[in-house]
Amino acid sequence: MFLAVTAASAAGWIVRDWGAEAGVSYAPPGFLGAQTRSSASVERDRGTAGKQDDYGIVDPLAPDLAEIAKTLSGRSSSQARAPTLAFGGDKWGRDVLKKAVKGTQTSLFVGLAAALLATFLGTLLGAQAGYYGGWVDDVLNWFYGVFTSIPYLLLVLAIAAVLNEKGATTVILILGLTGWTGIFRLVRAEYLKHRVREYVLAADAVGASGMRRMFVHILPNVSHVILVQLSLHVVAFIKLEVILSFLGFGVGVDTVSWGSMLAESATELLLGKWWQLAAATLAMALLVTAFSLFTDALRDALDPRLK
Amino acid sequence: MSLLQVGGLAVDFRVDAETTLHAVRGIGFEVPEQSSVALVGESGSGKSATALAIMGLLPRENSTASGRILYAGRDLMQAGRKEMRGLRGAQISMIFQEPMSSLNPVFSIGFQVGEVLREHRGLSRAASRQRAIELLGEVGLSDPATKVDAHPFQLSGGEQQRAMIAMAIACEPRLLIADEPTTALDVTVQKQILELLARLKAGRRMALLFITHDLSLVREIADHVVVMRDGEIREQGAAADLFRSPQDPYTQALLACRPTLAQRPRRLPVVEDFPASLSTQERTRGLTGEEEIILEARGLAKRYETKSVVKGASFRIARGKTLGLVGESGSGKTTIAMMLARLQPASGGEVRFGGRDALDVPRMEYKRRVQIVFQNPYGSLNPRFTVGRILTEPMLIHDLGAGEAGRRAAALELLRRVALPESAFFKYPHEFSGGQRQRIAIARALALRPELLICDEPVSALDVSIQAQLLNLLQDLQDEYRMSYLFISHDLAVVKYMADEVMVMKDGEIVETAGSDEIYARPRHPYTKLLLSSMPGQ
Repeated sequence: MFLAVTAASAAGWIVRDWGAEAGVSYAPPGFLGAQTRSSASVERDRGTAGKQDDYGIVDPLAPDLAEIAKTLSGRSSSQARAPTLAFGGDKWGRDVLKKAVKGTQTSLFVGLAAALLATFLGTLLGAQAGYYGGWVDDVLNWFYGVFTSIPYLLLVLAIAAVLNEKGATTVILILGLTGWTGIFRLVRAEYLKHRVREYVLAADAVGASGMRRMFVHILPNVSHVILVQLSLHVVAFIKLEVILSFLGFGVGVDTVSWGSMLAESATELLLGKWWQLAAATLAMALLVTAFSLFTDALRDALDPRLK
Repeated sequence: MSLLQVGGLAVDFRVDAETTLHAVRGIGFEVPEQSSVALVGESGSGKSATALAIMGLLPRENSTASGRILYAGRDLMQAGRKEMRGLRGAQISMIFQEPMSSLNPVFSIGFQVGEVLREHRGLSRAASRQRAIELLGEVGLSDPATKVDAHPFQLSGGEQQRAMIAMAIACEPRLLIADEPTTALDVTVQKQILELLARLKAGRRMALLFITHDLSLVREIADHVVVMRDGEIREQGAAADLFRSPQDPYTQALLACRPTLAQRPRRLPVVEDFPASLSTQERTRGLTGEEEIILEARGLAKRYETKSVVKGASFRIARGKTLGLVGESGSGKTTIAMMLARLQPASGGEVRFGGRDALDVPRMEYKRRVQIVFQNPYGSLNPRFTVGRILTEPMLIHDLGAGEAGRRAAALELLRRVALPESAFFKYPHEFSGGQRQRIAIARALALRPELLICDEPVSALDVSIQAQLLNLLQDLQDEYRMSYLFISHDLAVVKYMADEVMVMKDGEIVETAGSDEIYARPRHPYTKLLLSSMPGQ
């Protein structure tokens, strides 16, 4: 039993380091490198006319060759463009690997923050609706009904129009404010179920206040539902950010995200340049898996019955 | 030769890689033709595992059974899946404890009874329906021609169990295994089901293997009794002999630790007391009429929409005394408890607490002075809290005890008082057995030093030997702290043991209130008389 505890919490820690640090600690150097390179190459490209030369990659399957080529060209002149990059480059010759890593920072931040906001809203409102019932439930359900009855994209456009500003914060607000509905519904159902449980009655009997029963007693017992929703929403929001970027409501052109990478790759695919799509997809798949594992481990670590 | 011979039966369950639970450790007994054998034991004794092994229904993934189970000379351990399927339902059939969850909720009763016939006898749809109606009539279901199309939720618990029995006897089995068939039912319904089983057994020349935790039931139904504990047989013999002169100390304890209507010892004997001499000193119960009244209810009522659950209940609870409340399920007992603990608002009537209108007493003060212990020890403790947190929380909310350290000392003292080790402080509720959890729940209620403790079926979910320990504990606490109890139970014997005054409730009304000795000696209301006559083993 003790071994199981250690394993669960250890898994939680490992997974957390994995998910979080991939985005934060590696991103800034990748971002800087990519930025300097891109601004330099953009200027250079403006001078030379040949559009075809702008695709700076030859062979993604020969990283050794690329390494040699890079060191060679790096030695001759630091500003020179490498003919090949380990994972290829994009239209402007930016390193796709570095873009993907930098994109992690944006996407993970946007996805995580938006999912946290949505989960927070959904949990708060769902708890009130489910716990108090009666007119509180009616009002909140009505509010929920209004939100869900508006077509999703229309709602997104409306909020975007009201905020009238581009950038990560806007995206987070849009996603967070529109995404809480499903969580609200689930949390409400859980609270309906739990508020009549005997342990909650027992808490009432010893004089615990409504807020205390709601958030000290019931919340830990429904946390598994909330955690699963959180992880699902992070994933969903990262994908939604793509749609927003496509519609022009995503992050600005000066920042890179997986969404913008995927949006670019649509045109690139026609030209047979698949690596940007592959890099973004791979990064997303890795993050989704890691994040699911993380929330699973968190759920297990929080449940005393599994120790 | 006996119909069923079990020899050297052992059942192991693999819990995880390291732990194996030896549920049954090499037992042997026989069920002769047309006899009834009772397998008696408390939870964890291995009685249900034995039944499942006979039926070949043990889960294959994590259990192994060894030994011999000879049915009419054929070893069932060697029988293949197909052969077992042919036997199950046709030759050997089984009824379970929870009729509601054993019946499939989406099919009609008639379909489910008929399914057995279609499967084993190859009857057509029309013929199986006709036969199902006959069978439902045989098990005493009123108006079987209509009920045959009813779904399980449209029937009462007793009717569902009758339908289960109809299903079990449909193919005229030679052996019927009944696993706690009446535990989930009210005492009056229990009596009817037991009579039905006895009648069917005689009429159809079946053998009956009756599994129960309740020795008093056994006295009514069994010819032969097998007492099990921890996977082993402690004692077996003819029922008459076993009840007259039990040999094994555990059997003696089981017989003695259940309170009876005949006597009221100062303490109930518990398993650890045996073998030992018992004190015969009796406790006197009853009210003199001069006690201080701590709580008085007048015309207390509760309505849900149009349904009236409690119809004007009036009663008084004296300081330091116990008011017993008896009734069957749905009689409104728990609703009264909820209203008195201010967990549900009343829809009518008045409650005076300590001379004041209870609604004038501030919520926090009222909750400190009136506490409640619930029936289900598995549900009433927050699974995410440690025991220490469960016990210190009431004090924290009411700002009692001197700081963190003081509250902790008080919690440890409470644990000691309910006879739990101090190490319990850091554990979670799921690490305790049912009886221990109920002790924790009692300790939590005591944390506020209440003047009135409402006990809503506090021992109903527990084994009889644990019941006796908890009843003793509750009595000791009352003697020590002079608390008043409202003691709610469906078990007349338990109430008689605990209460000074007894109220009988039926369909939301209090039909009779009298002194504890008076009501059992001279019941006046017909319903009280019915309850008393339905008690097993009296």
